[in-house]
Amino acid sequence: MKNRKLSASARREENWGWLLVAPTIIGLFVLNIWPFIQTIYTSFCEHLGFGHYRFIGLDNYIEMFRNPDFWKATWNTVYFCILTVPVGIALALFVAMLLNAKVKFKGGFRTIFFLPMVCAPAAIAMVWQVIFNGDSGILNQILGTHIQWITNSKTAIIAVAIVSTWSSIGYDAVLLLAGLQNINKQLYEASSIDGAGKIRQFFNITLPMISPTMFSVLIMRLMASMKVYDLIYMMSDDTNPAMADMQSLMYLFYRSSFVAGDRGYGSAIVVWTVALILLVTLIQFWGQKKWVTYDI
Amino acid sequence: MNKTSSSRRSYVTTKVLVYAALIIGAAIMIFPFLWMVLTSFKTQAESVSIPATFFPSAFRLDGYKKVLENLPFVKLYWNTILLVFFRVVCAVVFSSMAGYAFAKLKFRGKNLLFTIVLVQMSLPSQIFIIPQYQMVAKLGLVNTIAGLVFPGIVSAFGVFFLRQTYMGIPNEIGEAAYLDGCNQFQTFYKVMFPLTGTSVAAITIFTAVFAYGDLMWPQIVNNDINMFTLSAGLATLRGMDTTNFPMLMAGSLLAMLPMVVLYLIFQKQFVEGIAGTGGK
Repeated sequence: MKNRKLSASARREENWGWLLVAPTIIGLFVLNIWPFIQTIYTSFCEHLGFGHYRFIGLDNYIEMFRNPDFWKATWNTVYFCILTVPVGIALALFVAMLLNAKVKFKGGFRTIFFLPMVCAPAAIAMVWQVIFNGDSGILNQILGTHIQWITNSKTAIIAVAIVSTWSSIGYDAVLLLAGLQNINKQLYEASSIDGAGKIRQFFNITLPMISPTMFSVLIMRLMASMKVYDLIYMMSDDTNPAMADMQSLMYLFYRSSFVAGDRGYGSAIVVWTVALILLVTLIQFWGQKKWVTYDI
Repeated sequence: MNKTSSSRRSYVTTKVLVYAALIIGAAIMIFPFLWMVLTSFKTQAESVSIPATFFPSAFRLDGYKKVLENLPFVKLYWNTILLVFFRVVCAVVFSSMAGYAFAKLKFRGKNLLFTIVLVQMSLPSQIFIIPQYQMVAKLGLVNTIAGLVFPGIVSAFGVFFLRQTYMGIPNEIGEAAYLDGCNQFQTFYKVMFPLTGTSVAAITIFTAVFAYGDLMWPQIVNNDINMFTLSAGLATLRGMDTTNFPMLMAGSLLAMLPMVVLYLIFQKQFVEGIAGTGGK
């Protein structure tokens, strides 16, 4: 390949390469790159209706930053991550370790824990909404409580977090299980000869060895939680007095853009959300140096 | 002797605890599904009774009748099937082509173009939604299947995933085919593509589950109930007659049933397909 001019066969290969990637690249430009630029631009515009926009500078952002509902939704989104991510990953790791033990019906248990993953979130949310019902829901009857789970401003977002965690445990556990199965058994044998107990083995071997898998699960779960929309949409509605205390940024985005029709303002919200997601992800990538072990 | 019997006892205790934890966990996972099925057959009065009855006094179909009156389920199924079918075909065909090219062919601009794929993958899809909707509206595709499929015509994730698969196939196989007189395209679809069955199955399942469960896009792009998917159709029950538990549960059951049945038949492929792709 010293020759600057490509040989006939190399040129043919290049043509085939371009031809094969063409649908994907054209699609990405039309469906993603251009819309991405447009969304950023329209976040600086007022929507005049029928897809016409007028440039108004930072007004959408100023309006957004002055709106208490927006800050509440930002906090709700962050709070939702705090509620779902650490507990979800801890429980998923616990389930993964149970499944990693020598048990019968391992496949059956895995199938059961994984089941919510294949169900439409809308259907799952509807089922849980009935279970959580404050007046005659089964959960209150089991617990012997009288909590208005979904209409109480304190518990509404917790209820959504429970459903979200319940839905994702099996999926995260399957990923973590794959990580656990990759740990060399000899490490455990060697440390147990050294007299290490199960608990010390967990902290000295299991956690460091599983940390790269945990990190990717963490990033994925954080991104998913920051984008939470369908569970909140399904489990509540606008007559719910707790709506302001449970609506996420994506819910606010949907309402502003497609119910209120204020697409400039909606664009500003989604730009903010994506910036927040990128920021959180960057912090995680920076923080991983402190706890993720890539080699032992 | 004493020592072995005590370690044997602790082994048994651990076993019992592990099984107990798994069974409790499994019960928590199963309960909402079980409750959905049981409630869907109750009468409305029975479903809200305190204390709750576990089994319905008789298996009544009132909930199903009611939900079928409120939602055109046959249309919802059909729209969902078409959406899933076209999304899967697009994802498999276009992603295989691009995945092969990115993995095996030399062409100028390859790295730059692949960077675009990576950037798209790392951005949340909501940032594209407003302009995508405006395009669909301009093209007159609101309330059509094409409008539903639209954002999923290409799958950056599919390209990324299948590129990994093609990179795992030894170059010698392609070179042998090339020497046998295949051109690059024939090498791709006659020799290489058939070797990627497991990955294609994974992308198929992943794409199907995602398209099936997606709520925001079908809600935005279609406003005629007859053009809704199962998820979006079910969402219209929100806020409507929310105390008719049997109807809500029957609706949820009908909406999740097809995918659950497929899942129970192809458990291994589903779990490995969705988890193996590492999600999105």
